[in-house]
Amino acid sequence: MASNGIKDRVAIVGMGCTQFGEHWDKGPDDLLIDAAYEAYASAGVDPKDVDAYWLGTMGQFSGLALSVPLKIPYKPVTHVENYCATGSESLRQACYAVASGAYDIAMAIGVEKLKDSGFSGLVVSDPPNDGTLGNMTAPASFSLLAPAYFKKYGLDADHGKDVLSRIAWKNHRNGAKNPKAQFRKEVPLETIKNSPKVADPLGIMDCSGVSDGSAAAIVVRAEDAHKFTKHPIFIKALSFVAGPGEGPLAQDYDFTTFREVVASAKDAYHQAGVTDPRAQISMAEVHDCFTPTELVLYEDLGFSPRGTAWKDVMDGFFDLDGTLPVNPDGGLKSFGHPIGASGLRMMYEMWLQLRGEAGPRQIENPTLGLTHNLGGMPGRCVSFVSIVGR
Amino acid sequence: MVGIVSYGSYVPYRRLKRAAIGQTLGIPAGKGERAVASFDEDSVSMAVEATRDALRTAPGVQIGALLFATTTPPYAEKLNAALVGAAARLPLEIRAADLTGSVRAGLGALIQGADAARGGVGALVAMADCRLAAPEAKSEQAGGDAAAAFVLGSESVIAEIEATASMTREFLDTWRTPGERFPHSWEERFTLTQAYGPLLGKAIQSVLTKAKVAPSQLAKVILDAPNPRAADEIVRGMKLDPAQLGDTLALTVGQTGAAHPGVLLANALAAAKPGDRILLVAAGDGADAVLLRVTDAAAAYRQPRSVGRLIESKGDVAYATYLKWREILPTEPPRRPDPARPAGPPMFRSETWKFGFVGTRCTKCGTPQLPPQRICIHCSTRDQMEPYPFADRPARIATFTLDRLAFSLNPPTVNVVVDYEGGGRFLCEMTDCAPEKVAIGDEVEMTFRRMYTAGGVHNYFWKARPKR
Repeated sequence: MASNGIKDRVAIVGMGCTQFGEHWDKGPDDLLIDAAYEAYASAGVDPKDVDAYWLGTMGQFSGLALSVPLKIPYKPVTHVENYCATGSESLRQACYAVASGAYDIAMAIGVEKLKDSGFSGLVVSDPPNDGTLGNMTAPASFSLLAPAYFKKYGLDADHGKDVLSRIAWKNHRNGAKNPKAQFRKEVPLETIKNSPKVADPLGIMDCSGVSDGSAAAIVVRAEDAHKFTKHPIFIKALSFVAGPGEGPLAQDYDFTTFREVVASAKDAYHQAGVTDPRAQISMAEVHDCFTPTELVLYEDLGFSPRGTAWKDVMDGFFDLDGTLPVNPDGGLKSFGHPIGASGLRMMYEMWLQLRGEAGPRQIENPTLGLTHNLGGMPGRCVSFVSIVGR
Repeated sequence: MVGIVSYGSYVPYRRLKRAAIGQTLGIPAGKGERAVASFDEDSVSMAVEATRDALRTAPGVQIGALLFATTTPPYAEKLNAALVGAAARLPLEIRAADLTGSVRAGLGALIQGADAARGGVGALVAMADCRLAAPEAKSEQAGGDAAAAFVLGSESVIAEIEATASMTREFLDTWRTPGERFPHSWEERFTLTQAYGPLLGKAIQSVLTKAKVAPSQLAKVILDAPNPRAADEIVRGMKLDPAQLGDTLALTVGQTGAAHPGVLLANALAAAKPGDRILLVAAGDGADAVLLRVTDAAAAYRQPRSVGRLIESKGDVAYATYLKWREILPTEPPRRPDPARPAGPPMFRSETWKFGFVGTRCTKCGTPQLPPQRICIHCSTRDQMEPYPFADRPARIATFTLDRLAFSLNPPTVNVVVDYEGGGRFLCEMTDCAPEKVAIGDEVEMTFRRMYTAGGVHNYFWKARPKR
């Protein structure tokens, strides 16, 4: 019994990513077609050469949601769903299928069209139930982290808010340099700190946006990678865990960590042979759905020792020009969070950075990148961690 | 001896100042304030609160009959009493009925409960009302929302029911047809002089004659009369000393409909001494009179959550907010999906959890947990759970948030993670609180509430509230 991983057995040889934002003129089918064809072109493959597909999106029942708009002729198309980590899950399945030898070329693709619902924030509907499940929104459930973290590490409310604001400020600053981001403007710290409250102490500027988008990756066996591109990126680790949901059940959970993230990070580092993530990881795309999430992730991913991430934030450790840039593309904060697409959008930034194609955001000579994707709420979630490198 | 074994009462936390109504509507305002059921309360949920208190102080009484009196039943068709019974975890084998149609249903239920007890069946009588009237109506200011509950039996009786008398006559006083929200009422002079005056007098005379008790022997007379003038006439007619009259709670709670005789009686019993005789009279399409004698056992009985204590525990609500809560003032719906209607089979499966707030405790490692689990969160043992009630366990806030995005008639929604004394944690809503004052470590208790209504189904469940 072990999680062995597939280090260096699979490579990504092409990617596509739409602009994220309010696509009033495009439906989910349009976004899928745009991302898929960008990925085909990027890898230099003809659509008919792709052997199997994994589609990540919410609330669809089948692969027909992809095979019909793309006119995929009689091939395996699998729909996957794993909360907000859905996009990463589609990539993980495609990679394992290729690593197994079952297929030569596979595509992972994710899409979400959130702006058509007309609702504020994310809407998830439960199956018929007894009415005891509660009515808590995503910002509220993640805001539970903030007072718990502040109290545990002795930050007063104002100081804590400064730390959270700086995380949003950093991500917007990075997003300002990214043509595919939903929000491409720097936002002053004071604006962030004083934004209208959504779920105390979180203001609207502590939350990721609501957007539409799609992203796709084409994966092949590592030994075939150079047939498609000069600069493939290689899968070093793929880890996914679902927790038993202890947070809202057991008194020993203190809302300053995601145990699922700790477990998936440990697994991923083991698969990739990473022993000192703070030193070895060149850059990371993490699930900054809300600012306190990113703060806690720094510690859960082993980037900062417990209780010190807030200092690293204030020191600029995670800035684009810092020691370990986090969310160099602008993160969920700048991109919004079209559920099925986000995990692949994170990987798209790794693709660009590792190939030296990130333009004004380019990090100097990155070797190992990490993506982290999370779904659920503190204490009851799923977590994905990947490590990729040249 | 048959009578009251225990009692409980419930006055909701919110108060509406009559001056605030007058000021907003530009009409004369009465003195004082009225109790207001919160946006997440109704007659059933308030009855549950009173019932829980009554049952807590009646250990060991076998309940075989459940009567729920209200003029504002949340369901027009469906046994409202069954909801009260489920939340109070009353046994399956029980006779149950809703008594409605008139404010006299409250005292009527008490009389019927006493009859059941006389027949050897322990009875739980709950009465609650959410008095709703059109803006500017006199009864909008005079009314109030509250509940009371009594356990009736033949052992450990604290107040014996010595005699009862009931008068029923057809006349047009207060009425409301199905579908109407606000009641109509006929001219007061007519009902007072022709109906209530004579009927109340006859009921009182009858009950005193039956028990061979003179008015001067009454320690307390509780007159739940349709208006103060009717009460004055009776007081004059009976030559009562003002000291014999109980507080009508008009200034602090308001007239609480079917619940009112119960609330007034619970209030009077808290101050009563063994040997006291209490006359309880209520009007409504006739009149009921009940004569009670406080027993020696009353000296040892104590209901810690008294009416007085509940009256003291309060917070204001603005008149505009009250109008929104009652959906008298329509508001812009939020840009969020409507809540889903709870489904019948899942509610049926989880009855003890949803309505009774009963979780589980692992018999292997002893860890209490909620909602009920089959596999222990602590030791992973499968199917070694025993039922473990959480409704009466004290708890403290582990962490919390104020959700301003969630749909609510009373934003922001306060969500709390609560840790129960002795183990167990739950994430739930918190109600009857000042959001800005909620803090980690605060003590809370559980309360039965109506979460929302969707597709015509009321979704009842439990919330936390600051200790009252």
